[in-house]
Order: sequence, then structure tokens, then C-alpha cells
Amino acid sequence: MGDRAQKSLFDLSVARKVQGTAKHSPHAPLSATEAAPGGDGAVRTVGAWLFSARTGGVLLLAAIVAILPLFLPNKFYFDVAIKTALHAIVCVGLNLLIGYAGQISLGHAGFFALGGYASAILTARFGWPGLVAMLAGAVGVGVLAFLVARPILRLKGHYLAMATLGLGIIISIIINREIPLTGGPDGMSVPALWVGPWRLTGPITWYWISGVTLVLAVWLALNLVESPMGRALRALHGSEVAAETTGIDVTRYKVLVFVVSAVFASIAGSLFAHAERFMTPVEAGFLRSIEFVTMVVLGGMASIFGSVVGAAILTALPQVLAVFHDFKHLALGAILIAVMIFMPKGLVPTLAALWRRRVG
Amino acid sequence: MRLRVDNVTKEFGGVRAVSELSFTVEPGRVHSIIGPNGAGKTTLFNIITGVYTPTQGRIWLGDDDITALPPAARAARGIARTFQNLQIFFNMTALENVMVGRHLHAPRRILPSMFHMPGIKRANREARERAAELMRKVGLARFIGADADSMPYGALKRLEIARALATEPKILLLDEPAAGLNPKETLEIDELIQKIAQSGITVVLVEHNMKLVMGVSDHILVLDYGRRLAEGTAAEVRNNPDVIRAYLGVGAVAGAA
Ligand SMILES: Nc1ncnc2c1ncn2[C@@H]1O[C@H](COP(=O)(O)OP(=O)(O)OP(=O)(O)O)[C@@H](O)[C@H]1O
Ligand SMILES: [Mg+2]
Repeated sequence: MGDRAQKSLFDLSVARKVQGTAKHSPHAPLSATEAAPGGDGAVRTVGAWLFSARTGGVLLLAAIVAILPLFLPNKFYFDVAIKTALHAIVCVGLNLLIGYAGQISLGHAGFFALGGYASAILTARFGWPGLVAMLAGAVGVGVLAFLVARPILRLKGHYLAMATLGLGIIISIIINREIPLTGGPDGMSVPALWVGPWRLTGPITWYWISGVTLVLAVWLALNLVESPMGRALRALHGSEVAAETTGIDVTRYKVLVFVVSAVFASIAGSLFAHAERFMTPVEAGFLRSIEFVTMVVLGGMASIFGSVVGAAILTALPQVLAVFHDFKHLALGAILIAVMIFMPKGLVPTLAALWRRRVG
Repeated sequence: MRLRVDNVTKEFGGVRAVSELSFTVEPGRVHSIIGPNGAGKTTLFNIITGVYTPTQGRIWLGDDDITALPPAARAARGIARTFQNLQIFFNMTALENVMVGRHLHAPRRILPSMFHMPGIKRANREARERAAELMRKVGLARFIGADADSMPYGALKRLEIARALATEPKILLLDEPAAGLNPKETLEIDELIQKIAQSGITVVLVEHNMKLVMGVSDHILVLDYGRRLAEGTAAEVRNNPDVIRAYLGVGAVAGAA
């Protein structure tokens, strides 16, 4: 029943006959129909387009990161750009979980803060080298995410939201309470990051570290999305029962994407701690988690670049517009509601669809 | 490989959807399962594919007891299916839906995936080509570039078949593939089922269209209230008085003959 049997399935004379009949069937016309004649050519075109979306998009992002400093007038704006990039890294990871795999998390600020505090505590209190502390934080957060994922991801919808919310709150409480280690609600200062003989400080240095890490994170996420594993994630979002009967171990993939997204958040948190040289429990707070989700939704579910745009808008706007700052969370809520009503797919997918309609 | 359902019962609360049912699907055949609405056909498919655990009884594939295996592991052993109520990945393109069917044949390690290693690139290309080939084979050539959520119902039914075939199954379970199709589309599904069977894949077919069932089946099992009412070739089933009384009705028998 091996390959030989399968071969006859692909007998072209039969295939062409079926194709011929399909052409005359009264299906609704589709924009895709143009691409259909010469099947293989169409597939190759689609492939090339996907390829360029990944490579081209990453190059575009890298170019923006490269030239943006020319337009940043002072230290304050560099700081906003650093925060934007680090939030974007969290959102890129979070979008793999929410947008692609269809699982919600209202606790990712917890992972972000755990990464930050791991770096802060291990370097400040135990004298670990910064990169080792960062790695230890990422591994620790990965293991924690793995352990809680199985029971949590068995839950669906509201229950999953509540469970991840609870997880974030527990992390936040622990950080607040463990005063000898974390400094409690007052926060703690974080040593500069040393890499070998180099002491990495200052807004310009951290701009480049955050920017390059963001480009790398986007590239890794896009690669994952365009791999068999990425298709498995999107498939279980579309239909769990179809995914598992097609051979996808649904639980394993949910756990995996939860861990990956938690590790992204942890590394961003570590970088944040060293960039800001200070950590407070606010970073672990419920509102931070909500902000991350809002960024993902605003930019666009299942759009990696959307997450970068969402993070940029919601990080930069409140900082740049002082008036806005006072009503930050009110405005966040308003934006979220407006997007859900007028652009349920989010900014980038909606604009991309508009553009595609313009062009083709 | 032989599929054996061994004394299987499935209860939902008080309802016995399948009741002490035993039968064997011989390899290489088109084995149809028919019966009135609520007879337990879809429940049986769910038990065979591992979506449901039977209340009692066992499922055998060849010499292996697969009763405790989760659905994905059964897919890996060569069981694929389609769904009566469509289960399409509407968040993906049509082609990607079928590419998902290549999952078990593709490399699936996290670091090579994230770094886009050559093996992943090759797997993507292979999956894309095989998926396109299968879409042409089931008559969906014109939807290769389409989003799944823009496709009409009849095309989606075939898309599920293409996705199932992409797993390279030994046994393919089709749950009402012709439901909701017009006569011409039904004829095309009929041809497709025969083509699949000719390629050596065992087909288990649940279908209400008697003309289709009587035409393509090597063997027919008739269910009623979760129990076996009759079993045999099309001619045997058609002439079985129990079947005529309980299910087909005299008119339908005459029509099919
Ligand atoms: N998940 C479930 N929970 C409770 N009852 C169920 C469930 N699935 C099926 N049933 C019941 O089991 C019985 C058999 O249903 P099933 O869907 O297997 O029938 P079927 O033969 O596929 O019917 P149809 O031809 O209408 O598709 C019905 O009485 C149905 O209501
Ligand atoms: Mg049914």
C-alpha cells in the first residue's frame, strides 16, 4: 500500500479530466481563478510571494531600525524606541499564541517581569554574568510555562483567560512580597549588562541591542509561522478536531507555543531590566498584560508585523502625547473597542487587504 | 490493514448511540455504513478515529489494539477522515489546508523551524507541490490560490478529501461526502471515490445517497439505533427484508435496483 499505490492517484490524465469538469461547474468566480491556469506556475507565484513577504518584510523592518535614530532628537525618544522594540518582541511571541494558535493569555507581563527580575536578581544579588542570568531566566520561564501549560491549555475561552490572568497575578504578588530578593513594591536597581569586557549602557547602545533583537525575533517568528509547525499551530486554531485527526498532537503544540511566547517575553524582560537599570512590580501587573494583548489585537491577529505596529503605536503614543498619558488606560480601552468594531482583523491585515485590492 | 470494531458501545448520558457493535473492514475495499439519521454512523467514525472513547469495546488495526491511542497517533498509523459538518481551517488558504495534511511527513523540530533550515525549506516546497497535485486530483485546481473561507460548500467537501489524502492514509473514512451536492457534483464524488479505492486505499463510506452507495460499495453495513441490522454486498442488503422494512422502504429499493 506504499508509494506505488499512491502513484496512480496522481495519474495526470485523470486529474486533467476532473479539472476540466471543475472549470465548468457553477462555482462563484474568484480572484484566485486568474492564478489557476498552469497550476504549478500559480503555486510557484504564491510561494515566491510568501518568500518575499518574509524576507522583504524583515529587510524593511531592519531598514527602519537602521535609519530611525536619524529622526530621534534626544535621549527621551531613544528610550521610547527601546521600550517600543522590547514590547514588540513580547507581542510577536504573544501573537504566535493568540493570533496563530488561537489561545489567549492575560498573564504574559508575568513572564516579562520574571525574565527582568531573573536578570536583576541574579546579577545584582548573586553576581552572575548578565548573559548567563538572561539565559537562566529564559530557561526558568520556559520550564515554568511548560509546567503550567498542560493543565491551563486544556481550558478553553473564558477559562483559559481566567487561568492565565490568575497566573500573572500570582507572579505579581510573589514579586511584590519577596522584598529581600525583589525590593518589593519599591522595585530594585539593576546592574549594567557586561558582555566580556564591554559594559553596555546608554540609550544609543540599547537602541541597537533592542532593535537588532526585535529584527531577529520577527525573523524567527516568521520562519516558525511558515514551517510545518507553524501550519500546525494555525490548523489547531481553525479546527482542533480536524488538526488532531490529521496527525497534529494538539496539546503538544499548544504547550510548545505557550513556552515559545513565554521565552520571548522573558528575554524582552531581561533586556528591559538592563536597559532601564530598574525593575518594579508594575511590569508584572495585570494592566501590562492587558496592554500586550491590546497591542496584538490592534496591530492584527496572526500578523507578525502587525504586532510590531501595535506595540509601536501603543508604546509611543502615550509617551509622546502627554495629554494622552493621563487617560492612557481609558484611551487603550477606547482604541480596542474601536478596532474591534471597525477593523476586527486589526490594522496591518486590514490595510494589507486594502492595498492588495488597490494593486490587483 | 484490517480494521476491526469489536463489541463497541458508546453511551451519551442515557442514549446508546452505538450498541455492542462488531464488524471488520477488509483492506482494499469500499465499505459503506448506512442507516437512518441518528443511527450512530458519525459516532462510530469518532470512535474509530479516537475523537471519542468507547464506553465499552475495542478497536483493532491489524494486530494492534488502538482503543487507547489519541487521534493524532491513529492518523500516524494511516487512518484519515472527513467530517459531516465541515471542519475546514478557515484561517488558512485552501492550499495550506491540504499542506497541513502533510504534517506527519514533514520535519517538526522547533529550532530548525525557527531558523528556516534547508530541511524546512524543502519540506515546505514538497508539501506545497503535493498539496497542489492533490487539489488538482480532486478537481479543485481553480481554488489553489484561494482562501478557504471564500470557497463554496461543494468545493470545501473536496478540500477535506484532499487534506485527508495528503496524510497518505491506508484507510479513509468519508462522512457523507455527497451531502448537499448537486447531481453533477455527486457524480464527480462518485468517480473520485472509485479513483481513491483503485489506488489501494481502503474507503469507509457513510452516505445517505443510495445510488452512490449501491454503485461504489464492495460491502455494506446497515445500522439502526446503533446496532447492526444487516451486512453484505449491495444486492444482499437491498434484498434483505429487515432493511427494506426498517430503512430503505419499498420505493427506495425499487428505485435503486
Ligand atoms: N456528542 C454527543 N453528545 C450527546 N449525544 C450525541 C453526541 N453525538 C451523537 N449523539 C447522539 O447519538 C446518536 C447517534 O448520532 P450520530 O451523529 O452518530 O448519528 P448519524 O448516524 O451520524 O446520523 P446522521 O445520518 O444524521 O448523520 C444520536 O441520537 C445523537 O443525538
Ligand atoms: Mg452523521
